Amino acid sequence: MSKHRHEPTFTSYYGRPILKEPTWEPLDIAGYLFTGGLAGASSILATGAELTGRPGLARATKLGALAAISVSAVALVHDLGKPSRFYNMLRVAKPTSPMSMGSWLLTAYGPLAAATAASDVTGIAPSAGRAAGLGAGVLGSGVASYTAVLIADTAVPAWHESRKQLPFVFVGSAATAAGGLGLLTAPCAEAGPARRAALGGAALELAASNAMEHAAGIAGETFHEGKAGLLLRAAKALTAGGALVGATLGRRSRAAAAVSGAALLAGSALTRFGIFEAGRASTLDPKYTVVPQRERLERKEVVGA
Amino acid sequence: MTTTNLGMPRMGFFTDTSVCIGCKACEVACKEWNAIPSDGKLELTGESFDNTSSLGANTWRHVAFIEQDKPMPSPDQGNSPDVRWLMASDVCKHCTHAACLDVCPTGALFRTEFDTVVVQQDVCNGCGYCVSACPYGVIGQREGDGRVFKCTMCYDRIGVGQEPACAKACPTKSIQFGELDELRDRAQQRVDELHAQGLHEAKLYGESPDDGVGGNGAFFLLLDEPETYGLPPDPVVTTRDLPQMWKHAAMAAGTLLAGLAATFMGRRGSR
Repeated sequence: MSKHRHEPTFTSYYGRPILKEPTWEPLDIAGYLFTGGLAGASSILATGAELTGRPGLARATKLGALAAISVSAVALVHDLGKPSRFYNMLRVAKPTSPMSMGSWLLTAYGPLAAATAASDVTGIAPSAGRAAGLGAGVLGSGVASYTAVLIADTAVPAWHESRKQLPFVFVGSAATAAGGLGLLTAPCAEAGPARRAALGGAALELAASNAMEHAAGIAGETFHEGKAGLLLRAAKALTAGGALVGATLGRRSRAAAAVSGAALLAGSALTRFGIFEAGRASTLDPKYTVVPQRERLERKEVVGA
Repeated sequence: MTTTNLGMPRMGFFTDTSVCIGCKACEVACKEWNAIPSDGKLELTGESFDNTSSLGANTWRHVAFIEQDKPMPSPDQGNSPDVRWLMASDVCKHCTHAACLDVCPTGALFRTEFDTVVVQQDVCNGCGYCVSACPYGVIGQREGDGRVFKCTMCYDRIGVGQEPACAKACPTKSIQFGELDELRDRAQQRVDELHAQGLHEAKLYGESPDDGVGGNGAFFLLLDEPETYGLPPDPVVTTRDLPQMWKHAAMAAGTLLAGLAATFMGRRGSR
């Protein structure tokens, strides 16, 4: 634990947290943030691959998107306190609840992703399959980005304070993951867009992460310390390294492309687990609740006076 | 729209901590009336007389005990001990703008005709979103059950004209139940009274409709800063920033679509 320049003084009730720790299991929900991003961005790549005559890349990303969204659906249901009541998610449609909006988005996206993958593999109804793929691609951009709103729309200091940057971190991470999937599974000759997606996604993810860590104020500490710090440092190394290897050696060598793809997928997953852990840490220390709120009150008093 | 607009008065709690004696009758009455299970731990925290520690799925009223090394100002100017003992019974705030209710994806959390916020237990699927959304750390998930639970302001009792169990059991009227407007007037009078007695630190918490949650249906008179009692000093309903969040997500989604489309723009030869 690194001590920062000056530790702010603040009062608390026996050092106890004010907020509740998220009830969500990291494997379920951080895993969902990762698989949702992977699925959404893969569907966009698949659409592009199909339209530009890259059948190998299209099939790989369609199957990847379907697998990822299936895993994510299982993770979401598994994380519920009453999994047998998961269908209550579709009882209402509430714009004030990102989880409600997300449930409806997944309900529309999932079948489209499944239909386009099934059509691609079986050759049945190719034009309907292409239309479904186009729909999955458009909705995929929502699937990859709404999860940032899902976690930012909480009282969790590290997540809420980074609400403006988080969607860009998440779509960058999603592009990195989908690019990684393309590098890992598609033939080298067709993987150009995947390489470029990985490179662009990694650049966006790293830049937005940097902005996010500064924007979060004192809660930004949690991105650097403890388990979250470790996960996020590893994520950055894997993301940057994977994108660079993919863009250079991965152009010709199948093995290098596969290694780079695996590193990119791992990097994207670790980004989500790291951000998840940072949020959790920011609920456990009352400092991250009290100090920014105290400062906000003092600023209001100055303005008022 | 609030039900106040429909002509029903908004009901609330005014918890005057200056007369709390820390008897925990409220905690016991709440547990008994609402048949809340034990939280499973029977251990002493060493934190004064508080062995409950916080609100949660199995604790809907929680009495905080704070011992301070400063004399308690005494209205009669007589001898006062060198230790000041603060006691306060915390409860769900029943916010005007309730984040738990906003984010609930099933509609299990709803606003009642009394303008209180209640969980429909037969609808909750235990997603836990409300737990992370509450800026006060009030609502919790019950272990072994999976659903979330919190204070209902005794929805069953107030529906038949009874006061909530905690207010009924409170022997000093530290917990007062009634129409919120009337409670606010009464609370302001009490603050003025305490200020006149020399207790200048007496202040109301959660009574202002201009705060970050639009005011609380359950507000407090405190004798120190909110964080001393484990309350957030300036809570804000997270959904206040939701339009901004959706806007940034839409921009990010557009960036993703445009950026990935651009990856297909290269020369076909170098694909």
